[in-house]
Amino acid sequence: MMKKKEDALVISQEMLANDIYSMWLKTEAASGAEPGQFISMYAKDGSRLLPRPISICEIDRGAGRLRVVYRVTGKGTGTEEFSRLKAGDTVPVIGPLGNGFPVGKAKGKNAFLIGGGIGVPPILELAKQIECEKKHIIVGYRDAQTFLREEFAQNGELHISTEDGSVGTKGNVMDAIREQALKADIIYACGPTPMLRAVKAYAEERGIECYISLEERMACGIGACLACVCRSKEKDHHTNVHNKRVCKDGPVFLSTEVEI
Amino acid sequence: MDMKVTIAGVEWKNPVTVASGTFGSGAEFADYVDLSRLGAVTTKGVANIPWEGNPTPRVAETYGGMMNAVGLQNPGIDVFCERDIPFLRQYDTKIIVNVCGKSAEDYCEVVERLADEDVDMLEINISCPNVKEGGIAFGQNPDAAEAITKAVKKYAKQPVIMKLSPNVTSIADMARAVEAGGADAVSLINTITGMKIDIERKAFVLANRTGGVSGPAIHPIAVRMVYEAAHAVNVPVIGMGGIACAEDAIEMILAGASAVSVGTANFHDPAVTVKIVDGIEAYMRRQGFESVAEMTGIVE
Repeated sequence: MMKKKEDALVISQEMLANDIYSMWLKTEAASGAEPGQFISMYAKDGSRLLPRPISICEIDRGAGRLRVVYRVTGKGTGTEEFSRLKAGDTVPVIGPLGNGFPVGKAKGKNAFLIGGGIGVPPILELAKQIECEKKHIIVGYRDAQTFLREEFAQNGELHISTEDGSVGTKGNVMDAIREQALKADIIYACGPTPMLRAVKAYAEERGIECYISLEERMACGIGACLACVCRSKEKDHHTNVHNKRVCKDGPVFLSTEVEI
Repeated sequence: MDMKVTIAGVEWKNPVTVASGTFGSGAEFADYVDLSRLGAVTTKGVANIPWEGNPTPRVAETYGGMMNAVGLQNPGIDVFCERDIPFLRQYDTKIIVNVCGKSAEDYCEVVERLADEDVDMLEINISCPNVKEGGIAFGQNPDAAEAITKAVKKYAKQPVIMKLSPNVTSIADMARAVEAGGADAVSLINTITGMKIDIERKAFVLANRTGGVSGPAIHPIAVRMVYEAAHAVNVPVIGMGGIACAEDAIEMILAGASAVSVGTANFHDPAVTVKIVDGIEAYMRRQGFESVAEMTGIVE
C-alpha cells in the first residue's frame, strides 16, 4: 500500500513545562512505530511548508495512538501552531520515519538511556520497551522543570542532572554519570550535539557500544533531498560519499559510524 | 482530450515532472507516488564523480518557501547508471537526467557516458547558485551559456534541456543564447539566491551563507520569466518555480510553458504531483481544451 500524508486526530494536549507540550494523536503512523523514530508534522498555515520532524515519545499500537512531546521554538512558528491544537482537531502527519533504537541489543546488559533537553522524550518509549539487566535512565534538564520525570521513574533507575543544580546533579548528564559512578555495557542517547559528542567520546574511550540519535535541519524527511546529512566514517553505500541521511539512515546511528 | 505533450520529440503522458534535487532519483518518493503517473522524473543532478556537497545546515524555511544550499551532493555517474536508471525504468515514465559539473569537460564526460544509457532526455544544470565553481559560471553569461550548450550537444544522443538561472539581468538573452547553442528545450527557473540571518546567534542560518530560495513565494517571478523566455525562443519551455497546486501549474502553461516541474511542494506533500496532474486534467475538461499545447502561451 502507498504511504501517504494523513490527518492525525488530536486526542489530548497539555503543557508539561515552559514551551514543552505533550500531545496524543490517533494516527496510522502508530501501527509500525518503534522507539527512536519520528513523525513529520505539518503546519496548516501555508506560509510554513516544511515538515517539523518530531520524535515519538510513546507508542500505543493497540489503540493506534502516538504521543509526541515537543518544544515550541518561538512565536509564529509551526510548533506554536501545534501547541494550540485541541482534542478533536487534526494535524497532517507522515510517519513513522527513520530507523529507531535497536532495542534488542540491550538484552542482558547494563544500559544507559540518556536524554538531554528536547532529546528527552524519545527515551521514554525506549525505557518502556527495553529489557536489560540494569536500566539507568539519565536525563538532563535546564532547571527544575523536569518534564516526564515521574514516568521515567516508573521505568528504570532514574538519575537527573540540571544545569542550575535545582534537581539532581548540578551540570549535565555526563556529570551525573561520574557523580553516581554509573557503569554501562551499552548506551542509547538523544540530545543536543555537544551532549552527544561527550557521550560518544565517553563510550568510545571505554569501548562501549553506543547508539546516538542525531538532529539536523530537514526538508523532505524521507531521504530524497539530502539536506539533513551527517558525516560518516566510511563511505556510505547509498550516497557514495562520506555522508549519511539523518532522516532515512538515522536518526539513530552507532556512534562509531558517524563524526559529529 | 489529451494530456500528452511532446517536448523536443519526446512524448510525455502528461506535462508534469519534478524539479531536480527535490525528488532524488524517485526511489524514496515511490512509496508515496506512483511514478508511472508522472510525465517524467527529473533526477537530482549527477556529476562525473561523487560530490560531498556543502556543510550543514543546508536548508532553512522562509516565509512561503525555503532556502537550500545542498551543494549538489551526488553519488557520481557510475553509481547512478548502475542503480538509478534501472530503478526508474521499472516505471512507465520518461527519465530526464540532470547533469552538473565544475568544468565543460565534466559536463561533457557525463553526457558522453549517458549517450548509450536508457534515458530519455538530459537537463544541463548551469544554474545552481550553491557551488562555487562551475554551474552558475555558465549560467550568468550568454556567451558562456551558448558555448557550454554547443559543447554538450557534441556528445549528447538525447535531447538537451538547458536549465536557466533567474539570477540574471535578462532571462530572454540567456534563453536565446542556449537556443543558439543548439538547446532542444529550456527549463526555468532555478532558485533565486538569498540569505537568511539568525538574529539571536547573529550568524548566517545556512552554512553556505547564501542559498537558493524556492517555494510558492517565488512563483510570480517564475511565471514572469517563463513568459519572457517563451517569447524569446522557439524551443519548448519547461516552467518551474513555486508550483504547489494545479492552478500554479496552469498559470505557468498559460504563460508559455509546454510542461511544468514541481519542486519544493514535494516536501509539503509527497503526493502533490499526481494531484497536480489530476487538477490540470479537470481544468482542461472544464475549459474545453483538447490538448496542453492548445493552452501553452495562450495569454499573450
